[in-house]
Amino acid sequence: MNAQVPPTVVLEAQHLARHYSLKRGMFGEPATVRALSEASFKLTAGKTLAVVGESGCGKSTLARLVTMIEPPTAGDLIVDGKPVHLDQTPSHELRRTVQIVFQDPYGSLNPRQKVGTILEEPLRLNTSLSASERQAKARAMMEKVGLRPEHYDRYPHMFSGGQRQRIAIARALMLNPKILVLDEPVSALDVSIQAQVLNLLMDLQQEFGLAYLFISHDLSVVRHIADEVMVMYLGRPVEFGTIDEIFNTPRHPYTRALLSATPTTEPEKRRERIRLTGELPSPLRPPKGCAFHPRCPFAYEPCDVDQPKLLQAPGGNAKVACFAVQGELL
Amino acid sequence: MTAVSASVRPGRLKEFWRYFSENHGAVAGLVLFVALVFVALAAPLFAPFDPDQQFRDALLVPPLTHGAEGIFLLGTDALGRDILSRLIFGSRFSLFIGVVVVSVSLIGGVIIGMFAGFFRGWVDTVIMRIMDIILAFPSLLLALTLVAILGPGLTNAMIAIAIVAQPHYVRLTRAAVMSERNRDYVTAARVSGAGPLWLMFVTILPNCMAPLIVQAALSFSGAILDAAALGFLGMGAQPPTPEWGTMLAEAREFITRAWWVVTFPGLAILITVLAINLMGDGLRDALDPKLKRS
Repeated sequence: MNAQVPPTVVLEAQHLARHYSLKRGMFGEPATVRALSEASFKLTAGKTLAVVGESGCGKSTLARLVTMIEPPTAGDLIVDGKPVHLDQTPSHELRRTVQIVFQDPYGSLNPRQKVGTILEEPLRLNTSLSASERQAKARAMMEKVGLRPEHYDRYPHMFSGGQRQRIAIARALMLNPKILVLDEPVSALDVSIQAQVLNLLMDLQQEFGLAYLFISHDLSVVRHIADEVMVMYLGRPVEFGTIDEIFNTPRHPYTRALLSATPTTEPEKRRERIRLTGELPSPLRPPKGCAFHPRCPFAYEPCDVDQPKLLQAPGGNAKVACFAVQGELL
Repeated sequence: MTAVSASVRPGRLKEFWRYFSENHGAVAGLVLFVALVFVALAAPLFAPFDPDQQFRDALLVPPLTHGAEGIFLLGTDALGRDILSRLIFGSRFSLFIGVVVVSVSLIGGVIIGMFAGFFRGWVDTVIMRIMDIILAFPSLLLALTLVAILGPGLTNAMIAIAIVAQPHYVRLTRAAVMSERNRDYVTAARVSGAGPLWLMFVTILPNCMAPLIVQAALSFSGAILDAAALGFLGMGAQPPTPEWGTMLAEAREFITRAWWVVTFPGLAILITVLAINLMGDGLRDALDPKLKRS
């Protein structure tokens, strides 16, 4: 993207929420799992928004909402200028703008389809291209993601994890989407392969001007690829800022703890290790007030009463949901 | 065997054959079955006589009797028809019954089970309760009742047996679909715009075939057995069709006088069913990943 061109917002999410109701036996009250609440963000063409957090913090739920696999319980989702309606199945046009790459490259490719068939399936379903045109497109895309032409007729089980992930990326790009949701795309891969796939993703982003929603729990990967970061805890965003703000001046106590847990090889860069006590609470019974307060070393009076809002923190551009930060106690 | 080779992942065909050939019983079953198919296809070449031709000078002659027209290898029945020729032509009926019953129940069962497993909810509940009701009846009794309603005959017997065999396919398909439908590749196909029918039959179905192939092979023999039973009870193929079960029924009154009229059709059924079951067991061992040693 050129610097002169104003950034184009391709996806906007406002107060997105997803609740699941669980039946608990014949006589139990049905329980509600608030998998995701109050997620608001924008995706810009050519930029990457990373979503980080522990397992069970709602990252994957967010991915499923953005890709329109599941409808949100509340909130608005505007994809490419068009609002997504909660109760309707999204149109083909809308669907092809957002594509997804899954974490597990062994489960995300149909074992009974050849690579060529996998790549051409989106075209068969959405376009009226002839078989030879489809094949030409599939072969062109294979070259872009670094697969060899002879791979066209092979089955997924003949490939390594890294190559499978390249196939999955190629499939996601077949319909020229504007947004790519990457649900932990490298965490199942060998460390030596991770960098290759990340570099491929960054090259493709430049070439096609893609907006990435990059979901990860690996902070060193996020630092490598992201422009903005959203930190989530128990289904809520707790801090939102640019990559520099989050990594250099983390504000929210949870972000600090998360960052201090990242191993580095440079001793002078090591932060003091903040050890969190306790376990991630059950999303069925989230703590009252700020969900983080039982584990927070800075918790004080308002924390167990009210839910802090995600607001711009004093003395910075990042948005933080923490009373201590907002009250300038931290 | 073409159905098996098409659905096993290419490149794994060799592996499949390695596991299959380890089981000697399965290979023996396969050889017998192929021989049976060959005999059925080329029946006029193998059969020494016409199956319906009566030799009035050779009624109920024991095996290896020389008659005026030639040698009766397995003897003749009460109407003077050569038993060997009737058994050879009868194999056509048995295989035909097996193929038709398995195809009808497989196709119907897969479609119904696919809908139940894919949509879940009330569709699933309604379908599975109906299948439970069918399964709750003793299968031969239910088939007998159906034939009594539809009228005796080979076609109606096949329809009845197919209906009775169907719930097994429905359950198997449903179970396989339920475990496959939440896999990432299905979600990926949905995200790229696949509708429910595409997801069900293009994306999911090819991944559910292994247990269905095994069930098809095993119920092939069940169908032959059921058709023979219906024939024996007079509700299946009608005389003079040389169907094995019908032949047994006709021979019943001579059981004390002429052992060959009952023994050979019975043996034919036994050997065919045994061969197919052995082969089906081998298929299951070779296709079930849980039984594989790596």
